[in-house]
Amino acid sequence: MRNPQLNSHGELQHLLSLDGLPKGILTAILDTAAPFTEVAEREVKKLPLLRGKSVFNLFFENSTRTRTTFEIAAKRLSADVINLNVSTSSTKKGETLLDTVDNLCAMHADMFVVRHESSGAPYLIADHLHATGRNHIHVVNAGDGRHAHPTQGLLDMYTIRHFKHEFHNLIVVVVGDVLHSRVARSQLAALTTLGVPEVRVVGPKTLLPTDVERLGVRVCPTMEEGLRGADVVMMLRLQNERMNGALLPSPQEYFKVWGLTPAKLALAKDDAIVMHPGPMNRGVEIDSAVADGGQAVILPQVTFGIAVRMAVMSMLAGS
Amino acid sequence: MPIDLPNAESLLARLIEQIRPDVTPRTALVGIHTGGAWLAERLHRSLGIQASLGTIDVSFYRDDYGSKGLHAKPQRSDIPFDVENADIIIVDDVLYTGRTTRAALNELFDYGRPARVDLAVLCDRHGRELPISARYCAHTLDEPLAASRILRLSQDATGTLSLRLIDA
Repeated sequence: MRNPQLNSHGELQHLLSLDGLPKGILTAILDTAAPFTEVAEREVKKLPLLRGKSVFNLFFENSTRTRTTFEIAAKRLSADVINLNVSTSSTKKGETLLDTVDNLCAMHADMFVVRHESSGAPYLIADHLHATGRNHIHVVNAGDGRHAHPTQGLLDMYTIRHFKHEFHNLIVVVVGDVLHSRVARSQLAALTTLGVPEVRVVGPKTLLPTDVERLGVRVCPTMEEGLRGADVVMMLRLQNERMNGALLPSPQEYFKVWGLTPAKLALAKDDAIVMHPGPMNRGVEIDSAVADGGQAVILPQVTFGIAVRMAVMSMLAGS
Repeated sequence: MPIDLPNAESLLARLIEQIRPDVTPRTALVGIHTGGAWLAERLHRSLGIQASLGTIDVSFYRDDYGSKGLHAKPQRSDIPFDVENADIIIVDDVLYTGRTTRAALNELFDYGRPARVDLAVLCDRHGRELPISARYCAHTLDEPLAASRILRLSQDATGTLSLRLIDA
């Protein structure tokens, strides 16, 4: 079967999901991102790679941070960036997703960065472009439903490699609402592909997928068991809307059992790093003392995120 | 057709003597990855250059990105001195079309405005496609090489440099 993410030469054509992406491509993206980190230190923070290209940020679901980092990445590559907040425009008037895409193609788009509340929407666009012979247009998934958020997963892997150098000797634990998290799904796919020998997930039973062990990870019933001896602690954001449902008691209760406090973090290795995809809920999934502490690498994650997105966009546009 | 390639270590010695009279306290070297970076390191040591050694990878500035895409594993560029008002010598192993030099110039100017930029190369193989010439050049081939042949510097485990001809 055709892998919709790769072209006939095996190069990255679209970035839709980390699941099913070969290790060689994952590693190539991380390797390519490294020199991009240096651009931010220059007098002129710009490279000419995407000069003359038009990148459309197509956000059907609101997100300030992800959209901004994609915008910065594209602008540092000299692309023209057009932000479309589609949730408030044409779809409200009844236009279908693919009609929107066709219209933007008629405006000579070179790349779509897509965020959508429905899983699979970026695939639909990529398939449509392929079926209509527009293989010079690339799609980057910036988060679709509960499915995937590949650039977040990649920047997390970059951060781990930056601080821990290797993957083959690590214990990595993902804590929180794995069930609803596209971030977690991308992280777990990348961690297993890159050869992390022990990946654990910890969280309330109601927030863990029933078949999570099939992904090759170990389910830990308590924070203590999950954190003990860990090298990397990846916290997930608890979405407020989950609180309103029947899945959880209250934020205070959640924090008591599943919140990351200095005392719990002490169970991990002394040099363990703490990550969070943002935005953080202080006092819900993470204690301020940990979020602002010496082991947190949450702000470097944001900085690396720009370099990783530059790498992805320049690999796509050059394929 | 086999051709006799000159000894790279002798060419380097010649290049050092060509540059030496022009070295001032404002002189800085920037080597282009990978061969140029090896040469620049040797020049930096032999000429006692005060400014820290710079290296650049021009992958992000190449004019063939649109047709060839990104180089497999680009290196990090590192310019540890202030480019503003510096006298910079760009160092590369082989001068061919001049496109690599153009890319290096573009990249360099994104760090600041140098007072002067010169080019030093070990070997000129002819075939220029841009108005670029090297102020310092240790050797010029008698005949242009066919486009299918790649002339490249290599370095062995002891650090000894040699020129190699590869058929693409």
